[in-house]
Amino acid sequence: MKKKTTGINSFLISGAVLSALMLGLILLGLVWTPYSPTAMDGAAKFQPPSPAHLLGTDNFGRDIFSRVLQGADATFLIALCVVAVSCTLGVLLGSLCGYYGGLADLILTRICDSITAFPAVLLALVIVSLTGRGKANVIFALSLLFIPSFARLTRGEFARCRELNYVKSARLMGVSTGRILFRHILPNTLPVLLPAVTIGFNNAILSEASMSFLGIGVQPTEASLGLMLSDSQTYLQSAPWYALCTGGAVVLLILGFSLLSEGLQRRKDG
Amino acid sequence: MKQLIKKTLALIITLFIVSLLAFLAFQIIPEDPVTHLLGTEATPEAAAALRAQLGLDRPALVRYFSWLAGVLRGNFGESYSYHMPVRDMLADKLPLTGLLTGLSFLFTLLLSIPLGVLAGSLRSRLLDNLFAALDQILMSVPPFFEGMLVCWLFGLVLRLFTPGDYVSYKDSWSGCIAYLIFPAFSIALPRVAMTVKLLRGAIRQEMGQDYIRTSRSRGAGRAWLLFRHALPNALIPVITFMAVSLAEIMTASIVIEQVFTVPGVGRLLLASISNGDFPVVQAIVLILAAWIVLVNFAADLLYALADPRVRLD
Repeated sequence: MKKKTTGINSFLISGAVLSALMLGLILLGLVWTPYSPTAMDGAAKFQPPSPAHLLGTDNFGRDIFSRVLQGADATFLIALCVVAVSCTLGVLLGSLCGYYGGLADLILTRICDSITAFPAVLLALVIVSLTGRGKANVIFALSLLFIPSFARLTRGEFARCRELNYVKSARLMGVSTGRILFRHILPNTLPVLLPAVTIGFNNAILSEASMSFLGIGVQPTEASLGLMLSDSQTYLQSAPWYALCTGGAVVLLILGFSLLSEGLQRRKDG
Repeated sequence: MKQLIKKTLALIITLFIVSLLAFLAFQIIPEDPVTHLLGTEATPEAAAALRAQLGLDRPALVRYFSWLAGVLRGNFGESYSYHMPVRDMLADKLPLTGLLTGLSFLFTLLLSIPLGVLAGSLRSRLLDNLFAALDQILMSVPPFFEGMLVCWLFGLVLRLFTPGDYVSYKDSWSGCIAYLIFPAFSIALPRVAMTVKLLRGAIRQEMGQDYIRTSRSRGAGRAWLLFRHALPNALIPVITFMAVSLAEIMTASIVIEQVFTVPGVGRLLLASISNGDFPVVQAIVLILAAWIVLVNFAADLLYALADPRVRLD
């Protein structure tokens, strides 16, 4: 198999295009939706997709496209919070563990290994059953659960770089530890960290949607794609477009980032 | 042998820690089970009496050991909501979820290995990329939406089954399995995509190794190289992955049971979380966690059996 030497591949391009498109729609949804996502219209229940209602209407006559835009916003913001919190904490923990090593590193690594052995949804279920439901608790539970994967990855990279010559010479020159960690080593871990961030983002979207679908995530009256899918299941027979369009939005959202991460990984591996 | 004893000891310690965590987690719940059962209007005397009856007046450590002793004898305590032993509530749910897990695993195994070999041996770049893209799409579909798609396509459009019309295995084994095929397929599909991707990469890697080149230079045919040399080695990481995915299949079934209204452990777990029925939640979490630990242990052993290099360390 001949290996491509250029940094760009079809996965990266299609992922970037799709993600940009979805991001554009999400930004659009923040400022404008064709109809009010909560406006009910008794006369326009269960309308199939048409020029007036791009994705049709639901059981209350609400415009599904507007609701998908709003739900995608909510899902996206939750995923953004989860990744921001867990990546920051994970990188911090992982870099310290990897750079210093020692007993604390050993214990934390064991804990991270055991947490990642369990599926995130199961642990999230347990946490939510203890803390109660709602948006904030979903963010809390998922952030907590995603820390280990980032910590593990960063730890490995920092442990590897610790002994490299450029780090040694920086240390000899008297560069402060903080500067070595975050100015010298951290940028070199980006090729590994970046795909992990996109994967983490996908997992966050997926977990939030699953939890809301199961009724233990975002609660009704708030918008969420998972919640909409849970509603739409009842009308699978009479209004299949409700489920198909909402689910399609989730798939496209995830697919964009997953293509992006696949492209990044392929670029790294050559 | 020494390795085996060491690993078994580690397994027992891990199971012990898991049970401790499963117990402690439900000690820090903000809501008091007694107020939950009696409501906020109860007299202090009634609350104290119920507390004593449930054994909640004893120290946490004592309760842990009595709970653990019960669990080891198969006694998980009594449900707060239904006032019946948790064991009886689980008795007809566990086999069902077990059956669903087994079927899903079977599907994953039967579909992913031939497809993975096919993907790994494709020589056309276009087909290979097409396969990879399809894989990527399949992995992007959330399991519950996939279940809904299966319901819609096979149930409502093709009318191969009626979604929601679950047949109990007590009434008819064949009817039950015929219904479970569809949720099992939904659970298996993303796993198949992941396994195919893994196997494809592993075969590709093996086919580039020196021993394959040597064998080829001595005149071995492509099929012989693939099945006799590359595949056995490529399957080693897949075995571990498959064993671990048994754990994920079990949790995926929690979600899928909800979509296909299969009255298994998953639905019981979700209902118990909503009701604040903590003895039931605790028991199910413990069983699922123990299952995951055991499956990982089995994966470890299988790995050592399959790869002689691991046995040597």
